[in-house]
Amino acid sequence: MDAIKHWLTRGGYGSLLILAVLLLVVFPLAMDLFRLNLVGKYLTYGFVAIGLVMLWGYGGVLSLGQGVFFGLGGYAMAMFLKLEASDPESTKIQSTPGIPDFMDWNQLTELPWWWEPFNSLPFALFAVVAVPTLLAFIIGYAMFKRRVGGVYFAIITQAVALILTVLIIGQQGYTGGVNGMTDLRTLLGWDIRTDEAKYTLYFVTVFLLLGSIMLCRWIQLSKLGTLLLAMRDKEDRVRFSGYDVSMFKVFAFCLAAALSAIGGAMFTLQVGFMSPSFVGIVPSIEMVIFAAVGGRMSLVGAVYGALLVNFGKTYFSESFPDLWLFLMAALFISVVMAFPNGLAGLYESHVKPWLTRRKAAPATTPEPPAPGAETTANIASPTSSGTASPTSKISISTKVSSQSA
Amino acid sequence: MSNTDFVLAVEGLTVSFDGFKAIDDLNLYVDRGELRVVIGPNGAGKTTLLDLICGKTKASAGSIKFKNTEMTRLPEHMIVRAGIGRKFQTPSIYENLSVFKNLEVSFPRGRGVFGALGFKCDDAVQAKVDEVAAMIGLADRLDLEAGLLSHGQKQWLEIGMLLMQDPELLMLDEPIAGMSARERELTADLLNRICQNRSVIVIEHDMDFVARIAHKVTVMHQGKILAEGSMDKVQSDPKVIDVYLGH
Repeated sequence: MDAIKHWLTRGGYGSLLILAVLLLVVFPLAMDLFRLNLVGKYLTYGFVAIGLVMLWGYGGVLSLGQGVFFGLGGYAMAMFLKLEASDPESTKIQSTPGIPDFMDWNQLTELPWWWEPFNSLPFALFAVVAVPTLLAFIIGYAMFKRRVGGVYFAIITQAVALILTVLIIGQQGYTGGVNGMTDLRTLLGWDIRTDEAKYTLYFVTVFLLLGSIMLCRWIQLSKLGTLLLAMRDKEDRVRFSGYDVSMFKVFAFCLAAALSAIGGAMFTLQVGFMSPSFVGIVPSIEMVIFAAVGGRMSLVGAVYGALLVNFGKTYFSESFPDLWLFLMAALFISVVMAFPNGLAGLYESHVKPWLTRRKAAPATTPEPPAPGAETTANIASPTSSGTASPTSKISISTKVSSQSA
Repeated sequence: MSNTDFVLAVEGLTVSFDGFKAIDDLNLYVDRGELRVVIGPNGAGKTTLLDLICGKTKASAGSIKFKNTEMTRLPEHMIVRAGIGRKFQTPSIYENLSVFKNLEVSFPRGRGVFGALGFKCDDAVQAKVDEVAAMIGLADRLDLEAGLLSHGQKQWLEIGMLLMQDPELLMLDEPIAGMSARERELTADLLNRICQNRSVIVIEHDMDFVARIAHKVTVMHQGKILAEGSMDKVQSDPKVIDVYLGH
């Protein structure tokens, strides 16, 4: 019993357990399928948000282009689904049957060579993770080896997001253009549009998300997690302790990219289409807001952030469509100004001390020198939890690392 | 340049920033097990010299050989791995981590990305942390957040982080700046102990402190070496008195 308690507190798995119960039991019981499907869609942004916790919160590197990796993951999945939906039987009215409809509309007469491997599901699943990770590696290696960081790196990731959007829209015949890839139907013959499939995909998303959080938590508790925090604090000290700082940043960037891509693939499966509107600059910035609102040091907090902001977006954009963007900006600014560690930071600084006092109070009243009270306080002390100390400040424009002459 | 017995051999080292030569054709040799102190007026190029040796600044010309291996073209982390440790002027520690974590993270194992993922704090690491912590007088502070240490303790912690790596050459930039008299004494003892099986280069201004620790003193002035030798010899050198020590 004590061992379980220790495991829950030390690794910060207690909050993960609560999240798991909420997502696996409470939401499916309390919501109709339409709402649950929405939650499933929002949770795919949760993957991006926890990636940003690792990259931005821990690594101190802000990327404003995570939509690129979300989109690439989503498109890789969509390409497989689109090919399956474009069998010669259902596309026989096209001038070239057997190729995706948008290719036919753009006068393509055969499948481009780089589409061919996406006929295979194992390859498509591999590409979902590999393509974005490889792109992140190339960008990260080129930037971090040259000591590009801070705002400059953020601007470059924005540029990449813009370039990819322009590319997708411009190459209509190969990508479906501005409409994206629509009318996706089956996965190996299994119809993804049915109610039953929606439930299944929701639970697959939740399990993948919980697994990703566990993986990230494990990385945070390893020496690599300590090094990421150390780098954010004193980059030169880490470098002059014999570490190749740039490779650790590349790793964090690749990890964030791979997580975003898994989110993108699950998005495509649940929503049934993929389009450039999830790739560009605006969605990429929104993704950063999810992490900031939830708490950029807390994996679980980031998931709540993604859920909350998206629910807010759905609600407000229905009620006040013109005001939504202003509200979003106000939300971001107030988070940065007022509570830099987001919801998770508020919990650490306000709710948790209050809970500890309440827990400790009854134990101390009957027997003033009760040893139990002391242990409770120790376990709940902020330093033993997964989130950072409240002293760490948010920094969007982290300092520009010194450029060697 | 021929090979030498010196642990560090700097020859013809020059670096210029926009035409200004911060280090000008400098030669410096450090023996094994030697504790060398570099002194000189502000702007003499002392810190720049350390920056050049540890790779923070790239040399315009000249060579730096550490155990007869050329260092000038290696990236910083490879220079560290070759065995050169550098302490910065202001205490450079990880304020949000505990003293234990500060030392543990400096242990020279698991330095690659995947090595760090698989790193385990085993008995060897634990023993090394305990040994170093005892040496720097922080054995009872291991669980404390490093940011809460006093200024002097932070300086010691950074020296401890370097000792974790067992460097053959240790470079300290003004290690006693801002320390109390008692802390200075302890630091002098510490330096005398740690130079027993390694070479140490110290930059310092406090002449009493220099006299306590130095085996040999190098005086720098305007990017060049003005004088070199024992403390007594340097102190009585008229050139040194002129530009640095004063009459």
